[in-house]
Amino acid sequence: MARQLFANIAIALIWAFLHTSYTFKDFFIGFVIGAILLYIFQRRFGQDFYLRKILKVLKLSFIFLKEIVVANFQVFFLVIKPKLYLRPGIIQLPIDVRSPLKIVLLANMITLTPGTLTMEISPDNKILYIHVLDIGDEEAIKNDIRTKFENNIKECSK
Amino acid sequence: MGVILLTGIGSVVIAVIISFLLFLGSIFILVGSIGLVRFPDIYCRLHAATKGATLGMMSIMLASIIFFYVAGLGFSARNLLVIVFIMLTNPVGAHMIAKASYHYDVELWTGSISDEWGGQ
Repeated sequence: MARQLFANIAIALIWAFLHTSYTFKDFFIGFVIGAILLYIFQRRFGQDFYLRKILKVLKLSFIFLKEIVVANFQVFFLVIKPKLYLRPGIIQLPIDVRSPLKIVLLANMITLTPGTLTMEISPDNKILYIHVLDIGDEEAIKNDIRTKFENNIKECSK
Repeated sequence: MGVILLTGIGSVVIAVIISFLLFLGSIFILVGSIGLVRFPDIYCRLHAATKGATLGMMSIMLASIIFFYVAGLGFSARNLLVIVFIMLTNPVGAHMIAKASYHYDVELWTGSISDEWGGQ
């Protein structure tokens, strides 16, 4: 990945210098041309095209933003209802991701999404304890987090 | 400021978008505050506080970015940084408060239906 990024920046710089221009616009055009070249010659590097990974990251951020908005409307309706209808509780969520950075990412995403709040991680880094505002179906909540976030985080690091 | 570059229908549309974002942000922060009062225990209150404040601040910052861009004062990357840092620090703060409360034996609300952490 680092090698492809380096090659791409080098191509962009060459493009900008050939135009004897030092503006961001020319650098950007060069960058796009470099990306196209790298895409054509990706077999030469023996690994996947690196911008594909960026696309996955973008997909994750998009899902995340959507979930934040949903979370807010959910809390909004819970708060303005005249009669408070809550079934709070703490549940365990076994997690598959292992590296500390990914666990932090997952924990933060869980906190900012509908009705869930990360409280603690077990000492062996395998279980997250999550406070849920409205436990309807515990399995559904767990599945939701797994399919939406955990799988996408794993995809990003492949 | 008053240096809005667009005139006519464009400026109205931009003004409506900015006002809508500001309105939405204020509403979310207001609802978060009401939730802070209404919810029964500290853990539920954290839900209202973190989520409301995060999206509320995001909308207001977005409105600010659009305003300064349209007013011809450049793209304010600093506001973008504010959004990023709020998104990073807000959940961590909530997480630490919840963790500390639990370790200091702050009781869950009596209506809670499960506690799988269970004093470990």
